[in-house]
Amino acid sequence: MALLSKKDTSLILDPLADNNPITIQVLGICSALAITAELKASIVMALSVMFVLGMGNVVISLMRNIIPSKIRIIVQLVVVAALVIMVDQVLKAFAYELSKTLSVFVGLIITNCIIMGRFEAFALANGPWRSFLDGIGNSAGYGLILIIIGFFRELLGSGTLLGFKVLGDPIEKTGLYAIGYENNGFMLLSPMALIVVGLIIWVQRSRNKALIEEN
Amino acid sequence: MAVNTDKNSYTVIFAAVMVVIVGSLLAFFASSLSEKIQENQRLEKQQNILYAMGVNENEDEGSVNFVSTDKVAGEFEKYIKEQLVIEGDQITKDDNAYLIDLQKQETEAKAGKTRKLPLFIGEKDGSKYYIIPMRGKGLWDAIWGFVALDNNLVVQGVYFDHKGETPGLGANIKQRYFMDDFTGESILKGTQYAGIAVAKGNNDPTNQIKDDNEVDALAGATITGNGLSAMIKESVNLYKSYLESIRAKN
Repeated sequence: MALLSKKDTSLILDPLADNNPITIQVLGICSALAITAELKASIVMALSVMFVLGMGNVVISLMRNIIPSKIRIIVQLVVVAALVIMVDQVLKAFAYELSKTLSVFVGLIITNCIIMGRFEAFALANGPWRSFLDGIGNSAGYGLILIIIGFFRELLGSGTLLGFKVLGDPIEKTGLYAIGYENNGFMLLSPMALIVVGLIIWVQRSRNKALIEEN
Repeated sequence: MAVNTDKNSYTVIFAAVMVVIVGSLLAFFASSLSEKIQENQRLEKQQNILYAMGVNENEDEGSVNFVSTDKVAGEFEKYIKEQLVIEGDQITKDDNAYLIDLQKQETEAKAGKTRKLPLFIGEKDGSKYYIIPMRGKGLWDAIWGFVALDNNLVVQGVYFDHKGETPGLGANIKQRYFMDDFTGESILKGTQYAGIAVAKGNNDPTNQIKDDNEVDALAGATITGNGLSAMIKESVNLYKSYLESIRAKN
């Protein structure tokens, strides 16, 4: 027997493309704008959300039969908040500089609509294993978009990737800069993240016409 | 399971048990990691102090790079020659003066006790730097910084940081272009300890005039700027008597 059945596989693969949380469900846009000026911050945010959503989905799923329905939203919030504080503490202890870059945004994971959305829509109705896969799948779809945006913003905005000067040195005028190329500082501002998301949505829907909503 | 999850008593018990479990879990996490976190904060403070006196790894005009964490302890020892604690008229040397918690000292001062004021004396390329730590209020939360002065009380470098100012507006106090503006400004106006004001419309956006006790403000960050001006003014006045003695030596 394969490790993942066909249905399980689709739990992971669907959110990567045709049911992507950012480009199709339009959730989690706020953090996609806020922290994608650097590729490194995007990757860390993606991994943090993956941890919180994967674990959170399992916890909520395990408790789904005993959670009183009257206070289920509060229970969900407590679970997310506890997991987020743990991520925050671990980052502060082992990746201090990174935690300073992410400072406000780690706290904002709590308000990331994807997390509450998946708890409500999936984990409350499904078993732990499937919920875990759903969490990993959705956060991977979210992270994929974050990393694509981070890649273009850092490359075009600062001429670097993960801090390495891949396009040459803008001060010494080496590499691409020698022939008159300039960094586009506008890429570092959050509106450009929205425009990059828009471009991704455009490419995705023109390749798969079924995704285009009817008006 | 045949539990009636809709009953009020069940809901209350569930909530209580959940809070106890989550609370103790978080307490365990916080206490087991706190040592490591404190160590990181200690190194950061050393990096900040060194940054203010110009010991950093800045690569170009826009970057703010500290001495790397593995080298900072050695560099701190090399450049910071003396650490003083000023307590009223008493001045004592203390190699751990940089660990003094300014916030705690402020509360103690309010309670009527004498405040301990840390001051760091650095030496680089033959010139002396007097580095004053400071702490104040921004728009949302605390702001703090280190200001390095020379013998004539002219700013040689600063480092500012904040806890939660608005990204893109008040948070820009830790941007290079803002911090670099302070270099060359004097905290004295005549004989007054005027500090350096973050001024709107001071007709000097490129900061060519260095004797006006003003730097150009950040657009959209009025309250953070005002907080910063107040912080500098208050702090230099706290250190007034010591700074006078530096001037007298000249």
